[in-house]
Formats: sequence, structure tokens, C-alpha cells
Amino acid sequence: MLHIVNKSPYERNSLASCLGHAQKGGAVLLTEDAVYGATRGNLVEGAIRKALEELPVYALGPDLEARGMQANVIEGVQVVDFGGFVDLVAEHRTSQSWL
Amino acid sequence: MTETRDEIGLEAGGGVRKKFMFVNRKAPYGTIYALEGLEVVLISAAFDQDVSLAFLDDGVYQLVKGQQTKGLEVKNFSPTYRALEGYDVEKLYVEREALEARGIREDQLLVPVQVVSAREMGQLMEQQDVIIGF
Repeated sequence: MLHIVNKSPYERNSLASCLGHAQKGGAVLLTEDAVYGATRGNLVEGAIRKALEELPVYALGPDLEARGMQANVIEGVQVVDFGGFVDLVAEHRTSQSWL
Repeated sequence: MTETRDEIGLEAGGGVRKKFMFVNRKAPYGTIYALEGLEVVLISAAFDQDVSLAFLDDGVYQLVKGQQTKGLEVKNFSPTYRALEGYDVEKLYVEREALEARGIREDQLLVPVQVVSAREMGQLMEQQDVIIGF
């Protein structure tokens, strides 16, 4: 299962809920305002680091760049482009959007 | 004519100057709020009002340097914050607690700002005539 989150972790509980439900073998992709969750030095970093012990976490590069966050990504979070987004969807049997 | 002008609060030779505060609480690009807010700020400045901008919660992300929107194919409106000075919009208040929660340092911001506590921000809000939130 690919879990896709697009909301800021400071404004909605989508990311927290997603991380609380995602199972080993799944993957998490952060897009749009959710990419703030992929950055260092903040209240969310610990939750992402914990998730990384269990499953891969990806962040959409163009969304990081638009927000000036490209140089501040947590080590271990993999940055993908739009092509990579499509590949992730294709690789997983199901996708779930945590809106 | 004079009475009518008084009724709507206008003085001869110029309009009333009110204290307007625009409260920005949303990150840029994910929603249209930040861009729309900026447009309204520019409009109100053109009407010669006493304008200040507040950035709290995810609104602090609007001011982060290094925004590159080529990959998203949307307008990068962050340079507009630098142009506000030219419209005499010079009061930009950023909440310290919001920066700290997000790990953003003051030197990562696009423009000179006044960093204030949440308490001080609340007091600034109390001093306004009009508050518009985005």
C-alpha cells in the first residue's frame, strides 16, 4: 500500500493518522504541503524518523523546491520527481490518499 | 455633501486612515490563501491605509527564502514580499513560536521582519481597526 499525504502536519492530523496506520511493507509519499513533514529540526521530525525504521518515506521534489525546503530534507527520506510518483503508484497494488 | 462625507467617515482632502492587519496562517502553494492575501494587501496599501502583516502558524512558511516553483509550473509569488516596502508596507510581524515549532530561523526569511511572541502578536491584533485573515 502506498500512502499519499498532501496536508501540512501542523494544520491537519492526516500525516499522524497515516503513520499510525501504515504497515511494514507499505510506503509513504509526502506531496504538496505535507512535504514540510519531510524536513529537519521541527516537531514532526521524530515521527518521520520513527516511520523510516519500518517503511520507506518519499517526498515530491518539485513541492519541496516550490517551498524552499529542498536543502532541509531528513536523511533517509527519498526525494522523487513526478515520474517517480507514477512509478510508486505502479509498484504498489493499492494507493490511499490521506486528504 | 459635507454631512454625507462625515457620515461615511471621510474628511475633506483625504480618506480615513485605519489600522489594517492581515493575518497569514497558511503555507504557500498548497492552497490559494497566501497568494490571495498578498493581492488584498497590495490593494489596501494603494488606498493609503496603515497596513501590517502578521505571520503565524503555517503562514511563516510564506516568507522562507529559496522558493523555486519551476517544477510545479505555478507562479512564484515570494519575490512580492520584497516589493512590499515600495508600497509602504513595512510592518511585518512573525510569531516566534511558529518559527520554532517548524525549525525555521529568522535568517531563512526573505525580508526583514519583527519576530514577536504569541502574546505580543495578540496585543498587536488588539490595536487594529480591521483584521482580515487568510
